[in-house]
Amino acid sequence: MTNTLSRLLKSRDWLLADGATGTNLFNMGLSSGEPPEMWNVEHPDRIAKLYGFAVEAGSDLFLTNSFGGNAARLKLHNAQGRVRELNRIAAEIGRNVADKAGRPVAVCGSVGPTGEIFAPMGTLTHELAVEIFHEQAEGLKEGGADVLWVETISAPEEYKAAAEAARLAGMDWCGTMSFDTAGRTMMGVTSAQMSALVEKLPNPPLAFGANCGVGAADLMRTLMGFVATGTERPLIAKGNAGIPKYHDGHIHYDGTPELMGDYACLARDAGATIIGGCCGTMPVHLKAMHEALSTRPRGPRPSLEEITAKLGAFSSASDGTGDDDGAGRERRGRRRG
Amino acid sequence: MADEDDIILSELDDEELVQQMHDDLYDGLKEEIEEAVNILIARGWTPYDVLTKALVAGMTVVGNDFRDGILFVPEVLLAANAMKGGMAILKPLLAETGAPRMGKMVIGTVKGDIHDIGKNLVAMMMEGAGFEVVDIGINNPVENYLEALDREGADILGMSALLTTTMPYMKVVIDTMKEKGIRDNYIVLVGGAPLNEEFGKAIGADAYCRDAAVTVEMAKAMVARKHNQMGA
Repeated sequence: MTNTLSRLLKSRDWLLADGATGTNLFNMGLSSGEPPEMWNVEHPDRIAKLYGFAVEAGSDLFLTNSFGGNAARLKLHNAQGRVRELNRIAAEIGRNVADKAGRPVAVCGSVGPTGEIFAPMGTLTHELAVEIFHEQAEGLKEGGADVLWVETISAPEEYKAAAEAARLAGMDWCGTMSFDTAGRTMMGVTSAQMSALVEKLPNPPLAFGANCGVGAADLMRTLMGFVATGTERPLIAKGNAGIPKYHDGHIHYDGTPELMGDYACLARDAGATIIGGCCGTMPVHLKAMHEALSTRPRGPRPSLEEITAKLGAFSSASDGTGDDDGAGRERRGRRRG
Repeated sequence: MADEDDIILSELDDEELVQQMHDDLYDGLKEEIEEAVNILIARGWTPYDVLTKALVAGMTVVGNDFRDGILFVPEVLLAANAMKGGMAILKPLLAETGAPRMGKMVIGTVKGDIHDIGKNLVAMMMEGAGFEVVDIGINNPVENYLEALDREGADILGMSALLTTTMPYMKVVIDTMKEKGIRDNYIVLVGGAPLNEEFGKAIGADAYCRDAAVTVEMAKAMVARKHNQMGA
């Protein structure tokens, strides 16, 4: 199996991914509430421009505008019948941009969460989730995506379902989870647990890691958690450009381009191979990250203290791994039975 | 499932049974909770006492452990589900006996925002704590909130946003409530990943709630304060 991303991973020791999709599209006039995937059809020029931001900033790969392009999310806009089309076009536009880049750039088909909760509490079953992801994967494949890029997942069941969908579609894939709750995902998964989960899959991803979450510092701690498990698999770090702040009716992310440059090098030194941004990461940030990665020499693996000194404090005291991986208290269990 | 050392719920005295219910809620055992609720009612407990002393008190432990990072969403959802089983039995009885209500919440994601998982979690936890919850879904313009608050005779308005671009809309809703002179009739709670306390204050909400457990605590405290004010 060869694809641009696999080849890049073989020949390079770091790759720059892309930045924010939503933040950039809102700046181009997307109104909130509108599903961004519609723009693949309505404003293909703007989507090409979005992809172009990453390519111009020096990214080696970018994610397609298809994050919410699964039937469960599109249903909220009564567009569940357009999954195949919207994903195919998202990838086609990307293919065009990548092929004109004059250097290898991988088109990664973004697959976001379904937004549903698994049974027994919710209604989602493994079979249903696989079906939802598979439909999306076929559209992305048809449009020419190099790999699937599963992101912002919080439930292990959903990660497994996406892996199976990639297998059914015959595609290589990458997959990241979002660690936003005291260093764990919303569903309680730690970095160490994700590492273990990945290796148990029949078709493990080309690379795995973390995206979004809280700020760049928290994401670094999660990355260090993956490294500590001794994984040999390439790691992905796609952190937000700081934390959103509210000022006089406007929201901005407080991460400066300089900070994101520092973060990119720290992530590389900590052991990440694929490094990018997430929410709030604009072209100016990406350029600073590219510049930093290209010019600064590799350093030793940073300590947690160095990370907080450069990127700011963690949002929680622990991330559920290491010496305090046991929950604060054992579940009491049933007294009867 | 009758193991020899099985605990027979009906053989426990009241205090032990309530303690067992707290454990069973913690472990998300719905059938056991339903059985125990029926036992307490048969023993002559008022539905309100079953709700507050057995169920709500048990869910408080769950909420605290969620807040402290000991339990995570899947366990909390199971506990809320067990609670809901008990509530289904109590609800008609509570209405019959004219027991005081915990309070009613209208909850929805604001206009422009289609993310609903956080809101759904809050709705489940609030129901788990004994509140009545009317979920008006995603992408709600101000009219939807006002109409639902009025129609439902709600006590609490809950607004959720996951996007930095949509969170300012919460202020539009609160400002409209002020214009109509109804702002102070409701407790307004806001939440969502990009929000913080400072933002909640800036837009005039009663509180920013960091997570579903905090929402429940805030709602309980504020409803109690409101009742006290009305009694004064």
